Amino acid sequence: MPSKTLKNNKRSLTTLAKTPTGISGLDEVTMGGLPKGRPSLICGGPGCGKTLFSLEFIVRGAQEFGEPGVFIAFEEKADELATNVASLGFDLEKLQQEKKLKIDYIHIDKSEIEETGEYDLEGLFIRLGHAIDTIGAKRVVLDTIENLFAGLSNQAILRAELRRLFQFLKDKNVTAIITGERGESSLTRQGLEEYVSDCVILLDHRIIEQVSTRRLRIVKYRGSLHGTNEYPFLIDEDGIAVLPVTSLLLDKEVSSDVVLSGIDALDKMLGRGGFFKGSSILMSGTAGTGKTSVAATFADAACKRKEHCLYFAFEESPQQIVRNMRSIGLDLQRHVDKGYLQFHASRPTLFGLEMHLVAIHKAIRNFKPSVVVLDPITNLITVSTISEVKSMLIRLIDFLQQEQITVMFTALSLNNVIDQQTDEGVSSLVDAWLMIKDIEMNGERNRGLYIMKSRGMKHSNQVREFVITDQGLDLIEVYVGPEGVLTGSARETQMLLEETGEVLHTHAVGRKDREIVRKRKVLEAKIESLRSEFESTEEELNKVYIEEEIKRDVQQQNRRKMSDIRTGKKAAENERSQSSQKKKK
Amino acid sequence: MAKEIYELRLYIAGQTAKSATALRNLKKYCEEHLLDQYSIEIIDLLKNPQLAEGDQILAIPTLVKKVPEPVRKIIGDLSNEEKVLVGLDIRPRPSAN
Repeated sequence: MPSKTLKNNKRSLTTLAKTPTGISGLDEVTMGGLPKGRPSLICGGPGCGKTLFSLEFIVRGAQEFGEPGVFIAFEEKADELATNVASLGFDLEKLQQEKKLKIDYIHIDKSEIEETGEYDLEGLFIRLGHAIDTIGAKRVVLDTIENLFAGLSNQAILRAELRRLFQFLKDKNVTAIITGERGESSLTRQGLEEYVSDCVILLDHRIIEQVSTRRLRIVKYRGSLHGTNEYPFLIDEDGIAVLPVTSLLLDKEVSSDVVLSGIDALDKMLGRGGFFKGSSILMSGTAGTGKTSVAATFADAACKRKEHCLYFAFEESPQQIVRNMRSIGLDLQRHVDKGYLQFHASRPTLFGLEMHLVAIHKAIRNFKPSVVVLDPITNLITVSTISEVKSMLIRLIDFLQQEQITVMFTALSLNNVIDQQTDEGVSSLVDAWLMIKDIEMNGERNRGLYIMKSRGMKHSNQVREFVITDQGLDLIEVYVGPEGVLTGSARETQMLLEETGEVLHTHAVGRKDREIVRKRKVLEAKIESLRSEFESTEEELNKVYIEEEIKRDVQQQNRRKMSDIRTGKKAAENERSQSSQKKKK
Repeated sequence: MAKEIYELRLYIAGQTAKSATALRNLKKYCEEHLLDQYSIEIIDLLKNPQLAEGDQILAIPTLVKKVPEPVRKIIGDLSNEEKVLVGLDIRPRPSAN
């Protein structure tokens, strides 16, 4: 990394200057690269990648850092080397023509050589010096210098000359790699490590349970901090990729941006309307619950936003996924064609877990996606134990979070309690955990989706029915009633039932209303008749009163008349007043 | 075989004591065994470093016998006459070796 070199240069008074190797991951492990201007030793057994390692150092130097390099080959001829690494995309011929690289093949054939008396290896020095000077090399590789021991028999001279050689390399101020075959009891067969004491890197190629894993360890790095673990590395079509296992500082940046899941209803269940960018999402569920569909929808949504998405499939081939997702209305092929979506399908057993991690790292570095899907992680357990898978995922999540990549894992959980532990093992690492459960009822299986957790945001605590339709995925509110949670046809039946009830109810209400109206009418009629009855009674009573009054009046008149007749005096007067009284009435 | 001209090249790097010894020894053997039958070319790699590659020179001094075939290299100051003569195929190789 150029920035790291800069940093180191600034502090060159206190710390060792380093030369970046350009080998992905190694510079992180060595905190900047190999010691600048000093020889480093790379040792390991046959076939562990020493030559490739050192050649990549030279090629990367020439291509990426503008540092020409010299490759002194004791084992393979220049054209053999060129053929061997052509598959990695290293064009040695071209680099040589551009004077960025010089490959010098040194052939030692014991049968041709007779030794008599004193000699030195000045010829080698001159060749090396000449090669360095002609292209202004900053990097040198000697592969494998131990071959000198096979060709020349005078050990005393050789050892003295080797010591001089390393001093010579230091004087030339080139960063050198010396490779050495691993010895029985020492790091190298000829004890080269005693000459090269600045930096020693050990490569190893181990087979555990029939799965081969290449590992790299920095045995020694004088004057510098370095990772001390064994780091797995991978040789593939792009060269070597080393994976720093424990760069686990919890100091990554966090984002409050939200990434949509592609399922509207799911986004609504989450307090922020989606997942946080750079978070990790675990999607677990039993077999056939639609985990892959959710993951594919998630990927599809990212591609529709014109973001890059990387899909690691450990179970199905890309073609299979594309075909299957068409049935739910997702056209993934379109995204693949446009370059938004990339599939990486591999069987978990293809190589070890660490290798998978390295491969994932590399693919992510190359494609620079904003969304990554791993489907399913549980299959990885077939090549390793749960705890190893967990530790791998920790590192993966860590890496992804650093790169601000949102990742969705799918995990298969089995229908028992033990499986929950698998989930939990991973679930403590992830930021959001969705779980699809089978809800079995009335002879049918329905899917219920829960959000088990979602760090940093509110989320719905309710189960939703997860339905897969021709148009995609959707979540439906389940029916929660006195009979419990109803899904599927039970939910529909219940809804129908409720609808019918409603209609009946309205009908019943209507009828009652009408009855009341009728009752009121009857009542009103009754009231009317009672009133008229009352009126007639009243009239009757009045009649009696009037009659009685008239009777009384008539009696009084009669009495007066009688008395008048008796007196005979005031008869005329009385008669007058009597008649006026009558008129009043 | 005896009539064949020996083409010899001696690679040196500057005028060092070892180079001088080698050249002196070589001339002596040639005068003794290959009179008028040899040519010696001295190549100073300090002056012509690019020539080191052609004959795969590592050690200094190196004596290369180009002709007659096969090509042979003898490294060192040539102090062991027997070895040099065997190396140059002037004497047959000891069968025990």
